[in-house]
This record gives sequence, C-alpha cells and structure tokens, in this order.
Amino acid sequence: MGAKRFGGLAATILAMTLAVPAFASDAKDDPLAAYRSGEMYSGYVTGDPSSREIQDDDMMNPSFLWVDKAAELWTTADGTAGKSCADCHGDVESLKGAATKYPTTDAATGKFMNVELKINDCRERQMGAAPFKFESDELLGMTTLVKLQSRGMPMNIDITGPNEKWFKKGEEFYFTSRGQLDLACADCHITNEGMYMRAEKLSQGQPNGFPTYRMKWQKLGSLHRRMRGCNDNIRAEKLKGLGEDYLAVETYISWRASGLPVETPSVRK
Amino acid sequence: MTVTPHTFGLRRPMIACATALVGLTLAGTASAEMARVQDPGLQPYTINGAEISEPLTAEPGDAKRGKALFINRKMGNCLTCHTAPIPEEDFHGNVGPDLAGVGSRMTAAELRLRLVDAKALLPESLMPSFYRTAGLRQVKKDFVGKPILKAQEIEDVIAYLQTLK
Ligand code: HEC
Ligand code: HEC
Repeated sequence: MGAKRFGGLAATILAMTLAVPAFASDAKDDPLAAYRSGEMYSGYVTGDPSSREIQDDDMMNPSFLWVDKAAELWTTADGTAGKSCADCHGDVESLKGAATKYPTTDAATGKFMNVELKINDCRERQMGAAPFKFESDELLGMTTLVKLQSRGMPMNIDITGPNEKWFKKGEEFYFTSRGQLDLACADCHITNEGMYMRAEKLSQGQPNGFPTYRMKWQKLGSLHRRMRGCNDNIRAEKLKGLGEDYLAVETYISWRASGLPVETPSVRK
Repeated sequence: MTVTPHTFGLRRPMIACATALVGLTLAGTASAEMARVQDPGLQPYTINGAEISEPLTAEPGDAKRGKALFINRKMGNCLTCHTAPIPEEDFHGNVGPDLAGVGSRMTAAELRLRLVDAKALLPESLMPSFYRTAGLRQVKKDFVGKPILKAQEIEDVIAYLQTLK
C-alpha cells in the first residue's frame, strides 16, 4: 500500500534534493530558478502570468491589506496579561527565519504546532487572550506577517524525534485515496504534476506560498483551506481546519518543500 | 477472502471484487477471471476477463444523453482527464489518453468495465470507478452509498463512446 510504495519514493526525493548542485549551471538561465530547488518547484512555476505579476509587486498584492492590519495588532495589547506581541518579541523582524521550521514540536509545551497554532498558543499562554478563529482575518493576517519575515529563506523542516510520527501520518494520508473519486493527493500532485485537468495545470501542491491570495476566493486563505478544497473536489468529506489530519499533511508537504523559499504571501488564480 | 467496504488501504483488486459476491467466482488465472459483483444499492454485474458483457439496463444506451453526461462537470466530467473530439468545449485534460477513436479500439463490453470499475482491470488506475459504492473512504456525506453515474447513465456514456470511431 501507500506507505510501502513510498519507501523508495522518499529516497528518490531525498536524492533529488541532494542533487541540487547538478542543476546549478542551468539555473542561471532560468528566470524561475528562485522558485525551484532540485526537482521541487512552487506553484509559481505553473501559475498563470497575471497572478505572478501581482505576486511580484507588494503594492499590487492584496494580501498586504491583511499584513498591514496584522502589523497594527502586533503592537496592540490584548488579553488579561495586557501585553502585545511586541512586548515579548520586540520588532516583528526578530522572527526572521522562524517560520521555515514549522510545523514542529513546541519546546515549551511539547505540543506539535504550525505557525497558526503557535500564534494562538502565544495568545492564550502569554497574553491571556482568546485564540484567533481558523480562517479569521486576524489569524490569516498574523500568520502572513510572521511568514513574511522568512520570505526567500529555504523551508527547513525537522522530521526526526517527536516530529517523526506527524510526518509519517501525513505521508500515509498523502498517498491514500479517498472520496467518491477515490484519488490521493499524490495522484494529482506527484503522478500527474505538470498535466492538465481541464484548464488547471497541476503543480506539486507545495505549501511554501501560504497563506495565499486566491482570485477564486477574492481573499487571503490558509493552506488548510486549500486542502479542504482539494478534498471537496474529489467528493471527500472536508476535515477540520487546524485539526490533526491536515496538520500531519502540512508536515509531510512542508518536508517535501525542503529547500524551496518561503514565498508568502503568494498569489494564485 | 473477505473485504469490507472500510478495509483500510485497499485498492480493490480483481479478487476483492468478489466482495459481496452473490454468485460464483469461476476463478482461473487472473486474466480469465469471472466474478459476480454486487456493491450495496447497485445492480449486480459479472466481470468476464476485461469485460462486462451484459448491459446494466434493459433500455439501450442513448448516445446524445451520453455525450451530455460525458461533458457535465457534475456527472461524468470526463474532460477533466481526457481529450475528446468535442471542439465546442474548451480545456480538455490530458491526465488520461485521448478518447478520439476509442469506439474503434474498444468494444461496448470493454468500455463497460472501464467505466464501472477501471480498478478491477488496473488496480493502480487513476480513473474513478463510476459505478461503485464499496471500498471507498472519507466519502462526502451527500455521496455515501451513491455511484458517480447510475446504471442507465453508464449505458448512455458507453453509447456515446461507441460513436467515437
Ligand atoms: C483531483 C486532483 C487533486 C487532488 C486529489 C488534490 N489536489 Fe491539490 N490541487 C489540485 C489543483 C487542480 C490545484 C490548483 C493548481 C495547482 O496549483 O496544482 C491544487 C492546488 C493545491 C495546492 C496549492 C499549491 C499552490 O502553489 O498554491 C496545495 C497546497 C494542494 N493542492 C494540496 C493538496 C493536498 C494536500 C491534497 C490531498 C489532501 C490534494 N492537494 C489533492 C488538484 C488536486
Ligand atoms: C481522474 C482522471 C480520469 C477521469 C475523471 C476519467 N478518466 Fe478515463 N482514464 C484515465 C486514465 C489515467 C486512463 C488510462 C488507463 C488507466 O490508468 O486506467 C483512462 C482510460 C480510459 C479509457 C481507455 C482508453 C484507451 O484508449 O485505452 C476509457 C474508454 C476512458 N478512460 C473513459 C472515460 C470516461 C467515459 C470518463 C468519464 C465518465 C473518464 N474516462 C473519466 C483517467 C480518468
């Protein structure tokens, strides 16, 4: 089954990642080189030109409306402790590089978290404030502001130790077919990457640009929202945003994205 | 061998088609297999090697209805994965083979197994089984226990594919 099939594939992907230098000479002539790492590439590469143009220009990218609001929230005291994010972290630039390591096991609590869950953990434990709701403008904006500090830096997930079981669970999910259409994530984003499903060119389904501004949504949206959409398209029951299943899949695909630069906030059609 | 609809990790190979086997399995070699299949709530049918010889319904398929079902995104949605000689529709997919001429390459009986359960033929096939309710997981509530296409709709699509000479 899936996991067995994958053993070899994991090794292949790893070998591909290690083979980066071999491509280095071609990379110079490739205008999209910054969006590739070995055989891995972000959805920017298969994306449509008008979305790319908007992503290339922060003044045009509507995601920055959310980022600007989040920057205000950063310095706004909230909760029973009467503290703001800035009271503990200083300038948000202090979080440079932090997002490249998520999801990971939180040192303080021992809980496994992505950036969204870490933000809410700070709100609850440090500020005594209510967690932001999944897909709320506040959580999307703050997640984007935090990830923006790592823009251009390579994704670098640790899948050893306590993180390993999340990785394994995500890998299992990724290769298991589901829904009335009986398809797995891997069927579209590995087996058929680069092919067309009607007007959609299948990318590798990489997570490095999230939250993303999607034209179809007319809004900034999270990785877990995107997964819910992909599940819905194959007539599979949508699972809980920020729940354990999608958190595990996020771990697997973030590992798969190793070496790809954080691209948040990306723009897609 | 018993396979329940919820068996984890199953890709329903040929033998497992005998799930709710009502009739007989005249099992010989894998290729010359005959299995009677009945998924919950569906018309039983017999797989004979690479074919389902008997139509699923008494009423013959209607090619005109079949073409509409083939295109309709909420029904067959075949253009998602296949290119077909339907120039009036934009954006055909290329995940599966071009279906131009498929009516000359394949018989109605072969097309029927492809549509009903392509995985009975090729366990690793990416093509959804259009007439199947068992062995699936995490199915959206509205679709639980329902096939993608009903028996008559399968026959209609087959009739359309046969016009692609
Ligand atoms: C039936 C095909 C199909 C399946 C199955 C599928 N996806 Fe997708 N996915 C798409 C399409 C089409 C897009 C939009 C084009 C693109 O970026 O690939 C997409 C986009 C994505 C993106 C956004 C990529 C970007 O750069 O913006 C992610 C992430 C993603 N999928 C993850 C998943 C995960 C995780 C699963 C399984 C839970 C999954 N997909 C299952 C078809 C599929
Ligand atoms: C999710 C993708 C997908 C969808 C949707 C899909 N197919 Fe397929 N189909 C395939 C693939 C891939 C193959 C190649 C063989 C295989 O892997 O099963 C195939 C093969 C076939 C073949 C055999 C063609 C040949 O020349 O051997 C026929 C006939 C066919 N499909 C008809 C249909 C019809 C009719 C529909 C809609 C009712 C449909 N398919 C929907 C993916 C798909």
